[in-house]
Amino acid sequence: MSGALLQVEDLHVSFSTRGGMVQAVRGLSLDIAPGGTLAIVGESGSGKSVTAYAVTQLLDKAGRIVRGRIRFRGQDITRAGAAQMKALRGAAISMVFQSPRTALNPIRSIGRQIMDAVGAHQALPRAALRARALELLEAVRIPAARFDAYPEELSGGMCQRVMIAMAIACDPALLIADEPTTGLDVTTQKAVMDLLTRLIAERRMSLILITHDLGLAARYCREVAVMQQGVVVERAPAGTLFARPQHPYTCKLVAASPTLTSTVADLVGGAAASLPPEGEGGAKRRKGDVAMDSVPVLSTESVRASPFRPCGAPSPSGGRNEGPLLEAHNLVKRYAGATAVGDVSLDLRRGESLGVVGESGSGKSTLSRLVCRLIDPDGGRILFDGHDIGAVAARDFHAAPQRRDIQIVFQDPHDSLNPRFSAFDCIAHPLRRLLKPAENDMRRRVQESAERCGLSPDLLSRFPHQLSGGQKARVGIARAIAVAPRLLVLDEPTAALDVSVQAVVLKLLDDLRRDEGLAFLFVSHDLNVVRMMCDRIIVMRQGCVVEEGPGQEIFAAPKAAYTRELLAAIPHVEPEPALAG
Amino acid sequence: MALLHSIGRRVGKRLVASLPALLGVVVFTFLLMRVLPGDPAAFFASGPNAGQEEIDELRRQLGLDRPIPEQLVRYLYDIATGHLGRSITTGQPVVRDLADRLPASLELSLCGLALALVLALPLGIAAALRPGSPVDHGVRFLCTLGVCVPTFVSGLLLIYAFYVVAGIAPDPTGRIDIFAAPPPDITGFLLIDFLLVGDLAGWRAAAAQLLLPAITMALFVLAPLARMTRASLMAVLGSDFIRTARSIGLASWRVVMVYALRNALLPVLTIVGIVFSTMLGANVLVEKVFSWPGIGSYALDALVASDYAPVQGFVLLIAAIFVVVNLTIDVLYGIADPRVSIE
Repeated sequence: MSGALLQVEDLHVSFSTRGGMVQAVRGLSLDIAPGGTLAIVGESGSGKSVTAYAVTQLLDKAGRIVRGRIRFRGQDITRAGAAQMKALRGAAISMVFQSPRTALNPIRSIGRQIMDAVGAHQALPRAALRARALELLEAVRIPAARFDAYPEELSGGMCQRVMIAMAIACDPALLIADEPTTGLDVTTQKAVMDLLTRLIAERRMSLILITHDLGLAARYCREVAVMQQGVVVERAPAGTLFARPQHPYTCKLVAASPTLTSTVADLVGGAAASLPPEGEGGAKRRKGDVAMDSVPVLSTESVRASPFRPCGAPSPSGGRNEGPLLEAHNLVKRYAGATAVGDVSLDLRRGESLGVVGESGSGKSTLSRLVCRLIDPDGGRILFDGHDIGAVAARDFHAAPQRRDIQIVFQDPHDSLNPRFSAFDCIAHPLRRLLKPAENDMRRRVQESAERCGLSPDLLSRFPHQLSGGQKARVGIARAIAVAPRLLVLDEPTAALDVSVQAVVLKLLDDLRRDEGLAFLFVSHDLNVVRMMCDRIIVMRQGCVVEEGPGQEIFAAPKAAYTRELLAAIPHVEPEPALAG
Repeated sequence: MALLHSIGRRVGKRLVASLPALLGVVVFTFLLMRVLPGDPAAFFASGPNAGQEEIDELRRQLGLDRPIPEQLVRYLYDIATGHLGRSITTGQPVVRDLADRLPASLELSLCGLALALVLALPLGIAAALRPGSPVDHGVRFLCTLGVCVPTFVSGLLLIYAFYVVAGIAPDPTGRIDIFAAPPPDITGFLLIDFLLVGDLAGWRAAAAQLLLPAITMALFVLAPLARMTRASLMAVLGSDFIRTARSIGLASWRVVMVYALRNALLPVLTIVGIVFSTMLGANVLVEKVFSWPGIGSYALDALVASDYAPVQGFVLLIAAIFVVVNLTIDVLYGIADPRVSIE
C-alpha cells in the first residue's frame, strides 16, 4: 500500500484519566488512497474522533499515541515535531469539526478567519488574502456581502460552510470531517454534504468522514470502516457493507438504523434481550384502542409491575368521556415579535400517538411546551379531556389536577436530570410533588416505574454522571411515567443517543404506549423515527402546519413540497449509494 | 455608523437606568450620616465649654434644627442645582474641595491600575500556558501575597525598603516635593501638567513620588486581574475554535495572541471596571500612608469630624464614577465583542 495517501498501522491511543489510563484506540489500522472517500462509522466512545485527532496531533493534553505508526504520503508523522505538523495542518491535512458555531472564533469576522487560514501557509499581501478569501466564500456559496459577518450572525449550516472554506483554503490533499452535520437539519445536512463532496471531487482531495449516521456514510462515501471499541471491525465498499454486513456489530448497527420501511421491532433485533419482559404482553394488543382506565386485561406481570393507578388515587380528572384527549385550537405564540407558533390546531385521541416533525425553528418544541403548559400561549385554546387547561397560567399549572396527566420527556437526557439527585430521587421527584404518597408507597412506585423502563434496582442509587446515555434516557422516561400520566410529550427523546440505544429506547416507549394506553405527542426532527412511532404526523414549518395525515400516507405520497424536500434529504442505507466522491 | 448608533443608545439607556441607583445612594448616605453618633454643631463649636446657645445657633446656621425630611429635600434640591454644601473643616465648598483632590486620587488609581495590568496580564498568560508548572505556582504565590498583605502594611514595607534602607525613593509625603515648584494647574494630573509645560525634571520627580503608592495599589489588585486572566485564558484555550485555529496550521503565538487572548480578555475587562472602582474608594489607606492629598483621606477626615457635606459629596462622587466606569467598560465590551452589540 505504498500508494496510500494516509496509512495508519496498529494505532494505540490512551488517555490518562483520574481512574488511570483509558485505551481509546487499540490497534487500529486503516488507509486511504488519493482521491478516496472513506467513512468511519461507530457509536460514541468507539474511538473514531480520537483517531482523527491522533492523525493531526490535535489530541487533548491527556491523550497520547502509545504505539503504532501514521504515515502521510509515505512519510512517518507519528511523532512529527510541532513545526512539521504546523506545516502539514491546513496545507496537507485539514479538518472540519462538529458544532460549527463553536468551532469558529466568535469575535472575529468570518472573512478574517478565512484570510487567516489562507495566510497560514502563504505569505501574501493583505489584498491578495482578501481576494482569495472572497473566492473561497463564493466556492462555499456564501454571498461576499457576509464577509464581515460574525459567526453568530450566520446559521449553523452557513458556519459549517465557512469552516469548509477554511479547511480547503490551502488545497490540502486530505480532509477529515468529524461529524460535520450532527446537529444540523436534514435539508441543511444535505446541502452541506453535497457541497463538501462536490468540492472534494473538484479538487481531487481525499475525504475521511467520521459519522455515527450509517445513512450519511452510505450516501457520501465509497468505502466504510466500522469501528467498535477502538478497532476497525469491518471495512468494505459502502454498498456491500450494508447489503451483506459480516461482523455481528455491523449487523446490529445496520439493523438499528431506522430506514424507510423498518418498524420499531426490526430495529432492536439482538438488543431486545435487554428489554423488560413486560413488553411482550402488550405488544399484541391493538394500539391505543382504549383509554388506560378501561383496559380490561393486563397480564399479571403488568399489573405487578405497572405503577399505573393500581393502588387507588385515580386521576382527579380521569373522566371517561369519549372526546379527544387533547385538543388545541388556533394556538399562537410569539417571542419578541417573531411568531414561533402561528395558528396551529391539533387533536389527539386517547392512546393515540401524534408525531410533530419539522426543522429547527419550525416551532415544534414551542408547540410541545405549550401543550405541556410550561409556557403560556398568546392566543388559542388548549383542551385536555374537555377541560380548558389553556386558561390556567403556566406558572400555576403545577397545582392543576391535569399536571400529573401530562408529563414530558426532554431532549437531553443528561441536562434534564438534576446532577445532585440520584436516579431514585429523580424519579421520585414528581411523585413527591404531585401525589405525595407515603414513603413506602413511593419507594414501591419508583421501583415499579424504573423496572417498567428496564432500569435494574441497583442503578437507582447512582447519580446521573454515573449512568450511560441510555440509562439516563430511561430515568427520564421513568420519571415521566411515575405519576401515571395519560399524555406523554416527548421532545426529541432520542436525539442525543446512539442508534443502538435509540432503538432500545424507542422499543421501550412503543411498548409503554401499547401497554398503558398512553397518548404520545412525539416531537422529532427524525422523520423515520416519527414514522415508526406515530399513527399520525403533522409537518411544521415556520410555526405553521404544512401537512397532516397518517404516517404511512405522508411517507408514501407527501402532498406538500416541503414534506417532499424533507423526505428527500434523509440519507438512507439501502438505496445504492450515490457516489458523489 | 451602526456601531456608533448602537453604542449611543446603550449609553443613554444605561445612564437613565443608573439614576435611581444614584438617588438611592444619596438618600441612604444622607440618612446614615444622620443616624451616626456625633453632632457637628457640638464638634465645631468654639470649644468644649461653648454654651448651649452657641451650639443651638450653629445648629440653626447649619440647618440641623429642621426636621430630617425637610433637610433631605433641601439637600436634594442643592444637589440638583450643583451645590454639595460647604465643608466645615476646610471652610470651602465641597465641590471645590473634591475637584482639587480628585485628580490626585485618579492619577494614583490609574497608574496603579496600569502597573497592575502590565504585571498581571503577562503573569496570567504565563500561568495559563503552563498550568501546574513552577511559573504557575509562583504567580499563585505572588497573587496570594498581594491579597493577604493589607495595603498599609505593603506600603510601609515599600517605604522602609526603598526610602529608609535603600534611600532611592523620595520622601513619601504627597504628590510633589514640598520645596519643588508645582506645575500650573491645567488638568490637575501632575504627570500630564509637567509634560504640557515641558518640565521633564519636574515630571520625573512627580513620577518618583507616585511610584511607591502606585506599586502598593497595584499589588493589592494584582490577584483578581492575574487570576482572571489565567482562568479565562485557560478556558478559551480549551475551546473548539482554538482547535480550529490549530487545525488550519496557524503559528502557535498567533493562536494564543490573536485567537485565545482577545477572547480571554473580555471577562478581564469586566474585572478591570470593578477593580478600578474599588481602588478609587479603597485607596484611603494608601493615601494616608503616603500623605497623598486625595479624596479618600479627605472623606475620612470629614467623617471623623462628623462633617456631613464632604462625606455625602464623596459618596455621591464615587457612585457617579462607578456608573461612568461601568458604562465605559460596557461600551468597550460592546466594541470588543460583536455578540453584545447585536441584541
